[in-house]
Amino acid sequence: MSILIDRETRLLVAGITGKEGSFHTLNNRRYGTNVVGGVTPGKGGQDVEGIPVFDSFADAVAQTRPNTAMIFVPPRFAADSILEAAAAGVELIITITEGIPAHDELKVYNTVRRDHPGTRLIGPNCPGILSPGKANVGIIPASFFSEGNVGVVSRSGTLTYQIGNEIAQAGFGCSTIVGIGGDPVPGSSFVDVLELFEDDEQTELIVLSGEIGGSAEEEAAEYIAEHVSKPVVAYIAGFTAPPGKQMGHAGAIVSGSAGTAAAKAQALEAKGVRVGRTPTEVAELAVQMLGESSSAPVR
Amino acid sequence: MDLLEYQGKQLFARHGLAVSPGRAVATVDEALAAADEVGYPVVVKAQVLIGGRGKAGGVKLAADADEVREHAGNILGMDIRGHTVHTLWIEHASDIATEYYASVLLDRSAKQPLVMFSTEGGVEIEQIAKETPERLVRSHVDSLKGLDSEQALRIATEGGAEEDVRQGVADALVALYEVWDAEDATLAEINPLIVTPDRQVRALDAKVSLDGNALYRHPENQDLSDTANEDPIERRAKEQGVQYVKLDGDIGILGNGAGLVMSTLDVVARAGGSPANFLDAGGGSDAEKIKQAVDLILANDAVKAVLFNIFGGITRCDEVAKGLIAAFEEIRPSVPFVVRLDGTNDEAGRALLADAALPNVHPARTMNEAAEMVVALAAGREEAKA
Repeated sequence: MSILIDRETRLLVAGITGKEGSFHTLNNRRYGTNVVGGVTPGKGGQDVEGIPVFDSFADAVAQTRPNTAMIFVPPRFAADSILEAAAAGVELIITITEGIPAHDELKVYNTVRRDHPGTRLIGPNCPGILSPGKANVGIIPASFFSEGNVGVVSRSGTLTYQIGNEIAQAGFGCSTIVGIGGDPVPGSSFVDVLELFEDDEQTELIVLSGEIGGSAEEEAAEYIAEHVSKPVVAYIAGFTAPPGKQMGHAGAIVSGSAGTAAAKAQALEAKGVRVGRTPTEVAELAVQMLGESSSAPVR
Repeated sequence: MDLLEYQGKQLFARHGLAVSPGRAVATVDEALAAADEVGYPVVVKAQVLIGGRGKAGGVKLAADADEVREHAGNILGMDIRGHTVHTLWIEHASDIATEYYASVLLDRSAKQPLVMFSTEGGVEIEQIAKETPERLVRSHVDSLKGLDSEQALRIATEGGAEEDVRQGVADALVALYEVWDAEDATLAEINPLIVTPDRQVRALDAKVSLDGNALYRHPENQDLSDTANEDPIERRAKEQGVQYVKLDGDIGILGNGAGLVMSTLDVVARAGGSPANFLDAGGGSDAEKIKQAVDLILANDAVKAVLFNIFGGITRCDEVAKGLIAAFEEIRPSVPFVVRLDGTNDEAGRALLADAALPNVHPARTMNEAAEMVVALAAGREEAKA
């Protein structure tokens, strides 16, 4: 098993005809992801290297029966695109787009919860999801990851590759890598993904990579204490970030005394979660704990 | 994007929230003219994006022109905790019967807007929440419906607003919500929200943060914020679309991806160094982009050494190396660089760098090694191994 995406994934891509959209869609297809179609208003009837393009989600869904959508459209059109995908009945919507207004994210999140409670949102401003050996949806460079028993959930992209690569070099693979994104209103939070990893048979250890801003890590700490039986290793970026400054990600900002890296690390450690102070230390902790676990590592 | 008080008040006025008449000025003469226009007595208020203006002497009451001249002269150019006062807000002084607190913010945890109200105005919200939490009403709003006057009145009542001004407070809350909603704000705070002796409800201060990602919808708000106090390098970076934050140290940092850059700052600090900046080069690998980034980092005179920390994902390390070599040939930096290339095509990238043999560029294999090397170089120690 893995979580969210696998060999059953049927992917529809909004913004497939754009430069980035087509590049990554074809990358995903090369990896083995079943890309069934794309949506670009006004370009229905065309194709991207054999992938049919439709004018609307409604058309695309009716004809290609996708269960997953990837949103690659520019920020000002992204909210409508996500809502259209949800209205057309797509169950999992992964938004890569960076720079969506926070109020749009609020509107999307609350509309989907009200009108399409069965729909799961991932992102925006995220690298997507990779289930090694099964499917890749998004921009995660798959070559660093092999199939295995480590579940990874992270607010940032490159940092995840950094940690994942160090774990891979120690001979361990991943069940699924989920980028939940760096924006203030993510469609799924750490808690949502932790719940999935806890229930996933393949996953034996979870790596959680957080950063300054908001309280998602603190909420994760509470959830882990109550509901997660699997070992969790965490990393928090931004110990040196000054208050009031946005550090690249829209959501990465210390507001007054709230949202600091120190408070997050403390909250996690208070609940027994090991927190590595560098990406290397996280990988070392993960490898050490995997070595200690009774089942043999999947290499 | 944080707004100055007077900019926030202008947004308030745009949405029907009562504020006292006032003018933003930059000179003593303008202050005198403004005081004549709004009517004495006036308050002369320093416009800076930092708390504690009153304590620092940046807010003064003036009864006549002599006092305006004196206070405006003293406050203009004043340094308030690192912020120079370039602008004053001259406002007609208000008689105050009561001070309340009101705010609307984006509650990231609940994923809904949160309205807060308290009768403990004039006190920092953190302090109200800590010391008198029972006097703070917190009420989430359904963002798909907005704040209606019924809910606003409930908040005012529960919060203990005096009966004869409850409706006025509720109206102010609805207007404040409209500011938050219509202007794409992440925070709209009034502290204090005052009640005058003739029972008018009015915003005496304004703290507003706008969402930079939504500015395309608000061209009229584009040039707000405290541009005069903006760090010149940060301003240049913003104009160039580069994510750059100036810090206090002496080690320049460049990386790709916000999380990795934050992590790099931390790893450098752990190695005993002090980062001079945050710079996310994003997925950029072409020489022009790297040159731009190096230029920004070196524009800070405090920088004694620079760390490039690249983990190639979609970005290929050989492309980054080519960009670096081309940029270096043009810029010829005088400070040492430590370059760590890992990830996609890292070996090819490292080979390119080795062949180019750029002066004073030290390759590193891992993040930790790179951090130790750059800290040693910045400290003037030459033990860094090439």
